[in-house]
Amino acid sequence: MGLHVLLIEDEPNIAEAIRFILSRDGFSVSTYGDGQDAVAQVVSLRPDILILDVMLPGQSGYDILGQLRQRAGFADLPVLMLTAKGQGRDRETAARVGADMFMTKPFSNAEILAAVRSLGRGLTLRGAE
Amino acid sequence: MKRPLFLAPQTYRQRRLRDAARILPVLAAFLLILPMLWGDEASDIRQTGSDGIYLFVVWFLLIVSAALLARRLSSEPDGVDAASPKDKK
Amino acid sequence: MPFNLLVVAALAYVISLFCVAFVVERRAEIGAAGWLRSPLVYTLSLSVYCTAWTFYGAVGYAARSGLEFLTIYLGPTIVFVGWWWVLRKLVRIGRQHRVTSIADLISSRYGKSNLLGVIVTVMCVMAATPYIALQLQSVTLSFGVFASATTDGWAKPNGDVTSIWVTAGLAVFTILFGTRNLDANEQHTGVVTAIAVEAVVKLVALVAVGCFVVWGIADGPRDILARIDASEMANWHMKPSRWTGLIFLSAAAVICLPRMFQVLVVENSDERHLATASWAFPLYVMIMSLFVVPIAVVGLELMPEGANPDLFVLTLPLAQGQGGLAMLAFLGGFSSATSMVIVASIALATMVSNHIVMPFWLSLRPAKAVPGDVRRLILLSRRLSIGAILALGYAYYKVSGGSEALASIGLISFVGVAQILPAMLGGLFWRGATRVGAVLGLCFGFAIWGYTLFLPSFGAEAALSAQVMTEGPFGITWLRPQALFGVTGMDPLIHALFWSITLNTLIFCAGSLVSFPSPVERVQGAAFVNAFDAEPGGGQGWTAQGEAGAEDLLVMAQRILGDDEALGFFEAQAVMQGKVGYLPDPTAGFIEQLERRLAGAVGAATAHAMISQIVGRTAVSVEDLMAVANEAAQIMEYSAKLEEQQDALTRSARQLRDANDKLTQLSVQKDAFLSQISHELRTPMTSIRAFSEILTEGDLPPELVTKYGLVIHQETKRLTRLLDDLLDLSVLESGTVQLNLDLSSLRSMIDAALQSASHTRPERSFVIHRDLPGEEVFLRTDSDRLTQVFINLISNARKYCDSDAPELRISVRRKGGRVTVDFIDNGSGIPKDKQSLIFEKFARLTDQTKAGGAGLGLAICREVMANLGGTISYLPGQWGGAFRVTLPLRLEKPKA
Repeated sequence: MGLHVLLIEDEPNIAEAIRFILSRDGFSVSTYGDGQDAVAQVVSLRPDILILDVMLPGQSGYDILGQLRQRAGFADLPVLMLTAKGQGRDRETAARVGADMFMTKPFSNAEILAAVRSLGRGLTLRGAE
Repeated sequence: MKRPLFLAPQTYRQRRLRDAARILPVLAAFLLILPMLWGDEASDIRQTGSDGIYLFVVWFLLIVSAALLARRLSSEPDGVDAASPKDKK
Repeated sequence: MPFNLLVVAALAYVISLFCVAFVVERRAEIGAAGWLRSPLVYTLSLSVYCTAWTFYGAVGYAARSGLEFLTIYLGPTIVFVGWWWVLRKLVRIGRQHRVTSIADLISSRYGKSNLLGVIVTVMCVMAATPYIALQLQSVTLSFGVFASATTDGWAKPNGDVTSIWVTAGLAVFTILFGTRNLDANEQHTGVVTAIAVEAVVKLVALVAVGCFVVWGIADGPRDILARIDASEMANWHMKPSRWTGLIFLSAAAVICLPRMFQVLVVENSDERHLATASWAFPLYVMIMSLFVVPIAVVGLELMPEGANPDLFVLTLPLAQGQGGLAMLAFLGGFSSATSMVIVASIALATMVSNHIVMPFWLSLRPAKAVPGDVRRLILLSRRLSIGAILALGYAYYKVSGGSEALASIGLISFVGVAQILPAMLGGLFWRGATRVGAVLGLCFGFAIWGYTLFLPSFGAEAALSAQVMTEGPFGITWLRPQALFGVTGMDPLIHALFWSITLNTLIFCAGSLVSFPSPVERVQGAAFVNAFDAEPGGGQGWTAQGEAGAEDLLVMAQRILGDDEALGFFEAQAVMQGKVGYLPDPTAGFIEQLERRLAGAVGAATAHAMISQIVGRTAVSVEDLMAVANEAAQIMEYSAKLEEQQDALTRSARQLRDANDKLTQLSVQKDAFLSQISHELRTPMTSIRAFSEILTEGDLPPELVTKYGLVIHQETKRLTRLLDDLLDLSVLESGTVQLNLDLSSLRSMIDAALQSASHTRPERSFVIHRDLPGEEVFLRTDSDRLTQVFINLISNARKYCDSDAPELRISVRRKGGRVTVDFIDNGSGIPKDKQSLIFEKFARLTDQTKAGGAGLGLAICREVMANLGGTISYLPGQWGGAFRVTLPLRLEKPKA
């Protein structure tokens, strides 16, 4: 049984692509497309890894992550942020709110797979300690 | 604001024209009340014919003078010191 | 003369007046009033002063009291030749403050006090009621004269039936023309012109009867003089107190009568007309009275003993077998009565509606907004008031029995309205006059009038018992109604006039000296007394209330002035402030202008109250106090010029500030634009890249290959569309776009747009309200481009209208050579702070991307409209989101 990845992304085509790539590699992937109650969604699903888009309807990815990090038990959740804006400022903002990795669209399939794998590895290492 | 001591003849004319317009009703009241002073002290009997002629003649003259004044007053340029309530102050 | 012929003549006459009024209103609406607004019409309309009392009653008056009847015209003559003193100021103030009635003038002068408005209104209604009754009586009597002379078996008409029909007819005519629309300046061009026609008719009629008497019956002026000397009228009694008292009384009445105030001040369209009226009106009344004595003398000589001299004008020609002349005289008298009743009831209805009905209605609704259609309410209350006033007049006629000599009723009314004189003149010339003084003076004067003149006029034992009349109330002899304070030697009328005016004035002065005026009163007082000094004339300054809600004000103004007028006014004000759009900043100056505009429709006190409800300030601001403190008029005058320059500077500064703000916003938007464009391009690219990689790796089931291939296809289309929009916009912006002008119907374009916009969120069912007849307009324009704009607006409504039962109203109007198409939905609209941004590129109101487009739609619309010689703008103050597209009917091809 692979790690559980939650993908919050409002573009259905991108979500489908990422889901396909990760499931093929053995991850179990669920997707969610709205920013508004994304925090509640994360809390109830308790994923192992979170992939979060920045531009979401209702609430931006930064805000979601900011709130999430405040909650008990989510301070260490590995988070990969995706953005299509791709300006230097965005990377800094992502780091500030507590993203573990940051990636600019478009990305190659190998890149995202590698990123998620490395986040997963970090988890298993932590679990072994 | 200082008022000039002497005015140009045209402005001067206009001022006096307005004065005339102000005096006219006073004159009218005087002329129309004048018949009260005629006749005997004791009785208030009057002649309808002669009083009537006097009143209508005065009336007509007042209308003519008002018409002349109105023509001259309305042909003057509006605006510049058109008002003079301060004359009274 | 057959009675039915008379009725037909009267009806035909009324209908022709009706037509005159109608045609004139029409011409005035299309702005072709021209000579209708001439000094001649103005002067003739002033002749509402000459009522049936003058027309019939003067002869009777002369037969009874000799030349005394002349006083009724000599007073107005003195006032008019002395126009430079009072009338000129009255008219100027009336125009400056958009005064709607004499009650409005008094209320406005004394700090927009509605209490005063109510007092003056009540006084005027009470004083005018007997006067209206008098007119009904004279018309009824004159019908009776003809009826009794019939020989062809027509039954003598019942006086009651006649008077009821006359009352009802007058009410209908007045309502039809006095309250057809709610004019911004409360002027009734049609009615005024009809009144002017009636003035000509009555003058011609009286002069014709006079000429017939002088040259037809008698043998010229010399013979008339001889007959006067030979008649019982050769001598008359001149009582000095009555002579001067009546001249004063009629002089007061000519400016205080509500109907005179209406034609003199409210209906005045040009101050210069007053100069002509200053001599032409005295001339008119002089001609009206020239033949009175000859008619009276010849009538007394020829008519049988006991004939009513009040009706000589009619009976004399009839007795001489001059049926046609009698008919003319009848129409003259009819004109006099109808014109008085019409103007008086319009004037009184305005007062009742503005000072009693509207304030009462407002006090029932303390809510901030003004709900409902206020215009309809105002018109309805005016119509009801007209009916009520005429009904009162009729009731008085029935109660009083209608038998008294005409002149005495008229004089009772005159004394009643003359009570307004001290407060009015004091208000015009004395800055120290206060509201308290005015209220006290008016009430006292009015009470004394009622006690000494009005109540006794109902006859012995009717209102006051005979005992009170002879011994005073409770046996206090110095309070006897006709001998106050032991003054017994006076004629009752002069007695009442003397005491009411004297005490009124004294108490008014004393009250003013003792009390302290409120700041609003002092500002208004300065504005009235110094009406000729400063053009804007003070008024109560409103302080800028920041976000006090120009939109709320607009909504209210629309309900009172009507949509077009209100939007036009707001737009003009916004332009003056150097802004674009329909919402000027609620600055003190703007709100004051608006208040005056509204005052023209509903009166100063009501307008003030309505604005206060919205701006939310009834207390007095620091600015008001400063204005009062700066009483030195010289300083104000000197600073006026500086202020003007300062205004100009402020205006250009604000334009600069706006431009700067816009630049800053644009630069922020430029960054946002780049970031947006990056986002819009990268998003489809991400999908394309991911799926193309997946496909190239092979070993996929065939259905997934198809599915993923389709995704790639969709996303490339999306990219293409974005690039198309960007290119389109840049072409439009550079103005090098190629327009294909053709002639096509607006309806077909809207049809096409609705059709293609229905693909946007097809799951929503929209109710569309259209104006199909209005859409039958053929436009010379680029129909594809225009349809593109329509599609955009309709799809926007489909996308963003957040109502559960969405509706879209498309209305079309033609104005001059332009067409306006409004798209109004019932959603929550666009917030005010966003309204100026929506036409910018990528200006999506939220960061939501779900709407699909890149936020270029409205920007493209704006550019398209600019290329089509038109505009597109957001229309604030509607129920929901509203866009207005304006474009020329015929677009000329620009020269290449």
